[in-house]
Amino acid sequence: MSEREAGGSLARLLLGRFTGLVATLFAVTAVVFLVMQVLPGDPAAVMLGTSAQPDTLAALRAELGLDRPAVMRYGAWLAGLVTGDLGTSTTYGVPVAGLMADRLAVTLPLAGLAILLSLAVSLPLAVAAAGRRGSLVDAGVSLFAQAGVALPNFWIGLLLILFFATVWPILPSGGFPGWDAGLLPAASALVLPAIALALPQAAILTRVARSALLDTLQEDFIRSARAKGISRRRALWRHALPNALIPVVTILGLQLSFLVAGAILVENVFALPGMGQLAYQALMQRDFAVLQNVVLFFAAIVIVVNFLVDLSYLAFDPRVRA
Amino acid sequence: MSALAGALAFVVIGVSGPAAAQPRDDIVLGMAIEPAGLDPTIAAPVAIGQVVWQNVFEGLTRIDRDGAVQPQLAESWTISEDGRVYTFTLRQGVSFHDGAAFDSASAKFSLDRARGEASTNPQKQFFAAIDGVEAPDPSTLVVTLSRPAGNLLYWLGWPAAVMVDEGSAETNRSQPVGTGPFRFSEWRQGDRLTLTRFDGYWGDSPALSQATFRFISDAQAQVSALQSGQVDAFPEFGAPELYASFEVREEFETVVGHTELKVVAGMNGRKPPFDDVRVRRALMMAVDRQMIVDGAQSGYGEPIGSHYTPNDPGFVDLTGEIAYDPEGARALLAEAGYPDGFTATIKVPQMNYARRSSEVLQAMLAEIGVTLQIVPTEFPAAWVDQVLQRHDFDMTIVAHAEPLDIAIYAREDYYFGYDNPAFVETIRKAEETTDDEARFALYGKAQRMLAKDVPALYLFVMPKLGIWNEKLEGLWENEPIPSNDLTDVSWRE
Repeated sequence: MSEREAGGSLARLLLGRFTGLVATLFAVTAVVFLVMQVLPGDPAAVMLGTSAQPDTLAALRAELGLDRPAVMRYGAWLAGLVTGDLGTSTTYGVPVAGLMADRLAVTLPLAGLAILLSLAVSLPLAVAAAGRRGSLVDAGVSLFAQAGVALPNFWIGLLLILFFATVWPILPSGGFPGWDAGLLPAASALVLPAIALALPQAAILTRVARSALLDTLQEDFIRSARAKGISRRRALWRHALPNALIPVVTILGLQLSFLVAGAILVENVFALPGMGQLAYQALMQRDFAVLQNVVLFFAAIVIVVNFLVDLSYLAFDPRVRA
Repeated sequence: MSALAGALAFVVIGVSGPAAAQPRDDIVLGMAIEPAGLDPTIAAPVAIGQVVWQNVFEGLTRIDRDGAVQPQLAESWTISEDGRVYTFTLRQGVSFHDGAAFDSASAKFSLDRARGEASTNPQKQFFAAIDGVEAPDPSTLVVTLSRPAGNLLYWLGWPAAVMVDEGSAETNRSQPVGTGPFRFSEWRQGDRLTLTRFDGYWGDSPALSQATFRFISDAQAQVSALQSGQVDAFPEFGAPELYASFEVREEFETVVGHTELKVVAGMNGRKPPFDDVRVRRALMMAVDRQMIVDGAQSGYGEPIGSHYTPNDPGFVDLTGEIAYDPEGARALLAEAGYPDGFTATIKVPQMNYARRSSEVLQAMLAEIGVTLQIVPTEFPAAWVDQVLQRHDFDMTIVAHAEPLDIAIYAREDYYFGYDNPAFVETIRKAEETTDDEARFALYGKAQRMLAKDVPALYLFVMPKLGIWNEKLEGLWENEPIPSNDLTDVSWRE
């Protein structure tokens, strides 16, 4: 295959994947909307509470546009998505786009910090464990991984709060001052929740990376490299680790949905105004305008990340391109 | 009085000189539930009133911390002989936060909007008796009724009856504009809401210049927010089991007050076995109310015998009407044709008080052979749909938050399915009686009917577990109406 043909097939591959991505997102909107329709509960009834009367209920349903046929409401949502108008929250009475933007300013840095933390913990641990297989270090790392997988992140969060709120109060144990309060106060408010989110993930990544490293260490090219006189340490970090990254990245991508799900509980425990908390509230209030966009957003993240993981295979492993 | 206190404080500070520590004039107040919108005239959740009522919005009348009706934007009023014409004299020189003047035209607009065809006011039924509203001059408002309404002045003091301006009514949900001592400043949804002192306020200026409401639902997070000083007060702390740990700490004031939340286990009187009053009475006899309070609420809460709280005017203690008597309960059940008891489901919302109370209830009813199957039911959405609207339930348990809402048992379509024409008649008479004493006597009669007929098992009134910095003064001990009235709150030196 010539260079040019390879380039053309790569473009076709990318285009195919991208079309798939858009089609999946479209299917997700339909599923999300359908689920909202069958969910028991009516936003108007929720707003009017236990003393709702039929006439006020009807008036509120009309005001919120809930009396329009479902097909029309679905069409309006899609049209809005295309033009960037996500609608108005039925409970808060403010535009959904603004609400989501405020929440993303918390959740995205939180998730990013959690991913960085989990990589920073798991990769060195995995290298240390794989480098001395069967040693005490290896056993210790295994124990950490076991515990990390077993402990739910909101519980880790509670432990962190108890410790940092009472014993050693150097970090804020809840709440979010907002980014306009300054980088340091805002970022330090995210540290403990990020640790709570990162620990279970780091445990899983450690396991995966360790076994991937051990597999790679058996490969011929490592043996050749070692035969050429490269130190064991260098062989691990420079040669084995990049090859072990493919399963790590795959797991990281898969983990992202868990990160998002875990964020709901962790944001609640730490009183953080993030997307997870918004989703939970919107569900409780049956604020469909918010809920459908938030769920679509979560789905889009998972789909886009999977797409990026696919692309990263192309980067890490030339064989996939062939 | 508070003007005098303010003057004294000024003198004291003036004498002691600038070196003296200035008391704080801001407060951070914690709430478990974030309001859904900020307009109490279009949505029911109590959290709305807990933020804006009295602070941002005011009514023609107000309800004070003892539950009594006081004048507010209406300075005074006269009631015609037949109780059908109310003539209000409105306060002069009152303006909304956006500069619009408050006068009889805005009052007429507010009442007409609340009772109008397109109204989504959660308490629209309060205004049903109003036949017409007139504004003959800027300071006079004449309200004509189609029938006497003895509670009208009380209802006009509710969050749902606050005065709004035509120019800002549409945006009050996210940008509330009222006549109160605080103006809305900022709302970071999901996190906090800030109010600042309104300089153009007609009444005494509040001591606080700024109030921030923070929304923290998790009980452990509430504890750490209080301990770390991020929050100065939790007027309604969410976890009774953690409350005692604050009672022993000197830096906090803990005050156990009443709310208006009546926790009742409603039964579906439309179907057997609950359509038999003997069965309902037997279940009530099987319940040791104090044990529910102890088991589910760590001892905080007060048993009730009817749909009324000790806060309410005309309260009658009826906990003795059907006392705890499991033997008698078994006998009565047998008499009703259930010698071996029966099995029923109970739809239970996810809130802690409901879940725990239903578990204790389950154990107590098991003693008389009644097997309760607990069915978790998401509140409010699923509960409103299944129980309130479709009456698809055997038993349920929920706290009714509205003050003086005993009239719900007179509603034909309400979920209990309580069908008692004598009760409906009593409530109608009570609502049409303008003489307080006669009215409260009628409400007493209504309470007794409920205590006897038990359309719901009357369990307890929720406590208001207040925790605040011991230097804070002026927060309400009880909650005769859902509110966090900050007008009298100040810091002690």
